[in-house]
Amino acid sequence: MAGHATQLDAKTLWGGKESPFQTSYGKLMMWFFLVSDALTFGGLLVSYGFTRHDFQGAWPIGEETFNSMPILGHGYPLLYVALMTFILIVSSVTMVLAVEAGHRMDKKGVVKWMIATIIGGFFFVGSQAWEWSHFIHGSEFGKIELSDGSQAIVKGHFGEIKNFTVVEEGKHHKKGDVMKEDLMHEFQHAAEKGLLKDGMIRLHDGSLAKINKEADSHLQLVVKKSGKTNKVGDAPIHGKAAEKMYYESLYSGESNHVIYGANLKQNEYGPQQYGQFFFFITGFHGFHVFSGVIINILILIGAVSGKYHKRGHYEMVEKTGLYWHFVDLVWVFVFTFFYLI
Amino acid sequence: MERDDLIEYSLHVHHSEEQGKVIRKKIYFVTILLTLVTAVEVGLGTYIKQSSVAWPFVKWSFVALTILKAGYIVMVFMHLGDEKKTLRNVILIPYILFILYLIFIALWEALEIGQAWSTYGGA
Repeated sequence: MAGHATQLDAKTLWGGKESPFQTSYGKLMMWFFLVSDALTFGGLLVSYGFTRHDFQGAWPIGEETFNSMPILGHGYPLLYVALMTFILIVSSVTMVLAVEAGHRMDKKGVVKWMIATIIGGFFFVGSQAWEWSHFIHGSEFGKIELSDGSQAIVKGHFGEIKNFTVVEEGKHHKKGDVMKEDLMHEFQHAAEKGLLKDGMIRLHDGSLAKINKEADSHLQLVVKKSGKTNKVGDAPIHGKAAEKMYYESLYSGESNHVIYGANLKQNEYGPQQYGQFFFFITGFHGFHVFSGVIINILILIGAVSGKYHKRGHYEMVEKTGLYWHFVDLVWVFVFTFFYLI
Repeated sequence: MERDDLIEYSLHVHHSEEQGKVIRKKIYFVTILLTLVTAVEVGLGTYIKQSSVAWPFVKWSFVALTILKAGYIVMVFMHLGDEKKTLRNVILIPYILFILYLIFIALWEALEIGQAWSTYGGA
């Protein structure tokens, strides 16, 4: 395996010609780069930990925020990130198999495993795009501000909106019109602007419509920012009381009493910094994965063209492999500290 | 001028078909191990809530399992375990020392600041 060197005494090693590390210049420099990159990610994760410790109980919990799967919907905590982690581990394995094939000068093997690695990389970047989109759009309930100034996240099953029946005509809609399309989007938009009142929605064209909606079930309010009466760390509010408080806030007729999803200024999951750290850390990691895929493609072209074979060794594959494994290594830590703990 | 006294370390890593079989076996073993550890982590995270009494134990097992996974990735996938001991030490020791210090100093400070906020008011 790597680094088999003749045993020399220290004096000969450090006296020139032989490298004390018994490794090539390129590989050594790749290691030094990775150490510096590891310091960057270490710094980011420690600053995340700093902010989180500072906020104590108000910080969101990973399994509450990330509980959705494509197609299947809500109620699958952590499963999607676990899948992403698995994809990245597998693509790390195919990379190490490419490196191993290179050590046997097996060109076909290198090409095969490099292609597998690139596919895995694209899958991961795609999964991250889905995750971001989901994080930005948020849940059906959103986060609400209660009458005492506290803020609470909402869990439970959102009753489906059947239709809007127009009761007061506007520019486009006549009285008695029944709207069946794009209801959730209209509803959330109106909620943010404070255009919902007493079970009615004020539409874009100025018409007023009655909201026909199934009842929610298993509603639960968890306070994430203390107010006058509700404090962070209180037991969750259940049942009728939760329902009353939620709709009081939603139908308050005032804007900014409910937040859906996330942007850099605010998010429905917890403190502002939570969203910023999410975007920065997973974004910076995603950028590494993306550039890793591009580098892997370049190396694949080199391997296919026979450039490395002529050179007599596949060290370029090994060096890229180091970078690719490092990306996997960082994800292992992001997974633990962002999602699990 | 072409130098003929340089050593091609890139060639030292070459191995035979039989050695390759042994190495691949190790790679597959580590793959299964990493997958199992991830599955255990997700299982623990799903079934044991943060409000549970067992949570501190679960939290620290997450940290331990993460370091275990990281160790296998660095030592086997990145071949650091097969490099010379000097190289291994040059890469790992300064980093680990620094990051442990950073974690200690930052988290300690954060707890103190959190205390100060809840004691002296503020948002």
